[in-house]
Amino acid sequence: MKKLLAVLLTAALAMGTMTGCGSNGGEGDKPTLNVYNWGEYISDGTDGTLDTIAAFEEEFGVNVQYDMFSTNEEMYTKLKSGSVSYDVIIPSDYMISRMIKEDMLEKLNMENIPNSQYVMDQFKTPDYDPTGEYSVPYTWGTVGLIYNTTMVEEIPDSWDALWDERYKDNILMFSNSRDAFGIAEKLLGYSQNTTDEAEIRACADLLKQQKDVLQTYVMDEIFDKMEIGEAAVAPYYAGDAVTMISENPDLGFVVPKEGSNVFIDAMCIPKGSPNKELAEQFINFMCETEIGVANIEKICYSTPLTNVYDALPDETKNNPIIYPSDEVLANCESFVNLPDETNLLIQDLWNEIIAE
Amino acid sequence: MRKTRWGSKLYMGLIFAFLYAPILVLIVFSFNESKSRALFTGFTFKWYEQLFQNELIMTSLFNSLLMALCSSLIAVIMGTMAAVGINRMGKKSKAAIMNVTYLPVLNPEIVTGISMMLLFVWFKNVFQIPLGFGTVLIAHVTFCLPYVILNVLPKFRQMDQNLFEAALDLGCTPLQAFFKVVIPQIMPGIVSGFMMAFTFSLDDFVVTYFTAGNGFQMLPTTIYSMVRKKVNPQINALSTIIFLIVLALLIVMNVVEAKRAKKVEKPL
Amino acid sequence: MKSNKSIFASVPYLIWMAIFILVPLGMVLVFAFTSREGGFTFDNILGIGKYARVFLKSINLSVIATLICLVLAFPIAYMMSKMSEVAQRTVLMLLMLPMWMSFLLRTYAWMTLLEREGLINKFLGLFGIGPFTMINTQGAVVLGMVYNFLPFMIMPLHSIMVKIDKSVIEAAQDLGANGFHVLVRVLIPLSLPGIITGITMVFVPSVSTFIISRMLGGGKNILIGDLIEQQFLGSVYNPNVGSAMSLVLMVIILIIMGIINHFDDEEMEGMLI
Repeated sequence: MKKLLAVLLTAALAMGTMTGCGSNGGEGDKPTLNVYNWGEYISDGTDGTLDTIAAFEEEFGVNVQYDMFSTNEEMYTKLKSGSVSYDVIIPSDYMISRMIKEDMLEKLNMENIPNSQYVMDQFKTPDYDPTGEYSVPYTWGTVGLIYNTTMVEEIPDSWDALWDERYKDNILMFSNSRDAFGIAEKLLGYSQNTTDEAEIRACADLLKQQKDVLQTYVMDEIFDKMEIGEAAVAPYYAGDAVTMISENPDLGFVVPKEGSNVFIDAMCIPKGSPNKELAEQFINFMCETEIGVANIEKICYSTPLTNVYDALPDETKNNPIIYPSDEVLANCESFVNLPDETNLLIQDLWNEIIAE
Repeated sequence: MRKTRWGSKLYMGLIFAFLYAPILVLIVFSFNESKSRALFTGFTFKWYEQLFQNELIMTSLFNSLLMALCSSLIAVIMGTMAAVGINRMGKKSKAAIMNVTYLPVLNPEIVTGISMMLLFVWFKNVFQIPLGFGTVLIAHVTFCLPYVILNVLPKFRQMDQNLFEAALDLGCTPLQAFFKVVIPQIMPGIVSGFMMAFTFSLDDFVVTYFTAGNGFQMLPTTIYSMVRKKVNPQINALSTIIFLIVLALLIVMNVVEAKRAKKVEKPL
Repeated sequence: MKSNKSIFASVPYLIWMAIFILVPLGMVLVFAFTSREGGFTFDNILGIGKYARVFLKSINLSVIATLICLVLAFPIAYMMSKMSEVAQRTVLMLLMLPMWMSFLLRTYAWMTLLEREGLINKFLGLFGIGPFTMINTQGAVVLGMVYNFLPFMIMPLHSIMVKIDKSVIEAAQDLGANGFHVLVRVLIPLSLPGIITGITMVFVPSVSTFIISRMLGGGKNILIGDLIEQQFLGSVYNPNVGSAMSLVLMVIILIIMGIINHFDDEEMEGMLI
């Protein structure tokens, strides 16, 4: 036993020094920027793409500590719990307006973000950030149904495919309450921003019913499951659908006829960021043409920046999933932040739904 | 008789097949050409080559080993000191302290995790101490301490209580007597306590997950963020390497100990 | 060591445990009885009734897993206790070895095995059998629990069985007891402390897991650990309700442990090793 211990210790120390030299060498006193983004949401150098984080680190001589979340609510929970602190976060529209309201975001100094001039007009003063002072848009997109053509009987055109008995145990669902309720609301013909308690309770009942046919709740896990054919139909974001279709050509994407959600994800700086100026430089850097194109081409979402859009290949610009027709968009609604009591109600009902 | 032997061998074989099936899957897929975890498309060493270039995995590995080493060392020192004191206590206070000592062992990990998270968040708000290496270290030491004490305390009982006094009579100071007489007697307990603490710290996910905050990656938390998406086969490669190193070490230790046991037996 | 000075050696430990065990648990208690606005309330605890089914399911599945572990482990531990010392060490080593591979990865590997398009179904498909639905079922969750915690049952059973004097068993056989009687009247009573430790070490992590249910259970098998995790770091921010759930979970575990320990008054000390 004693010898085993000695050997293990030596091995541990040896490995420690080995890797220590590799990873910690030279990082010394460089400032560190903490970035919190969605999973699979940046060009990270895999598959021969440009590593945009590394490019920023090199150009500004800093370290970037890059972490990922899988839902707006998870990001909000972690920030609210106080167990984490970040310099740059990339939440969605409704979450941004909630965070503005709760005084969780810093106003941006646009002088440090000259590239914000490229933001398309319709994204300059969005509803969630009416003065445009708190955020710079990163991407936008729609929510729709992803289906596996080898597993569905006909191409679905309605959200009710997610309740279809024929696909029992092959249906995936959003594991975040806002998107899940949004689908139920569209299916029942309500607004996705309803504050009517009876309507919301009706949606909760519908979501409870869904559990009979549901395989599981997912966020980032969806890539894995859809790509290898573990599920027939699932709701998800358009850009990720394009990524999945490129991995598995059997997959298809549709925005259901009841209409859907159109979202904007934007870069913000949480209150108390110790590196605010560097964070603004990071936001600016992400809007550089070359960097923006690399990110957008990798994640397949739609860009809100003119410089990036103009530089995209025609193939991307003409992809109807990424840039849907005005007709489809007219049928889509944006989330707005709900009053506190509605948020609390949805949160409690969501607890009940997953516990059902 | 022979029949039952065969039966028991078969049974044991099945149990071990069950325990090692997923490990076999991990090892096989560390050599898989494609990133798919369902289809084996061809043999490759590329994940092993890329592994050492992956800064995130390497940093996480380093942090995990460092954490296991620091937390088990601190736990061993504090735990042994505690055992010295507890051993001398009266029955009642001893029972009370042992009950508290059992708490982290009997408490579900998730409760230990969230309770410490509540404390650390409060620390952060009051003293501006961010969550990170320090908080994880505190958490790991806390759940390792009971195992050290539970390993060391019985050794005190088995020890001849007169040894210490004999050493004093022979002119040792109490401290000398402790290090020269007591420590060697309780060493096996200290070593196995250290081993357990090291293993638990290295393998812990739940408590780390709740107390690490951001910006401090350890191997289990890095793996967790990966299993939610796609697992990078580089992690399979790393696990295979760790597995083989530990396997080799254990085999060597076993052979050495078996040989030593034989040598001791022979002269008799 | 007659001087009582050596008691002071435990002071750092006592202070440590007070700050890092008792205070955090006290905070859970406080949070459980605090409303979102900060006032005292019973609502969090009373609201737990809504999640009774999740609690029952967690207890149910982990009791099944614990029993399966006990049944599987008992013969193994007995066989081990009869082996040579070298063989015993080897088997123990083989039991410990998987723990050096991240349990997250091992559970993930079970996903690969159990999925509809997974390795087991592919293998059975070669013979024209299946495919079977194995993942996202209660069975898969129980399997995950048994897989991850079986060694924790074998080890304490083995450490108590090696201490059993084998001549007692022979004596019982000489006196005419058949195999069943030896098991029920001699072997089980003598290994009771090991059984109790094993049950504790399998049941507690099973009942509170959130990884196993999340990876193998799908959306229909949410366990109490998942719910608690959701309240702190998941998609619902509600540490007060989360604390209340944790408190109830702790009380349930204490009650169940109390019942089990009732069978055995001996000290548990040393049995965990």
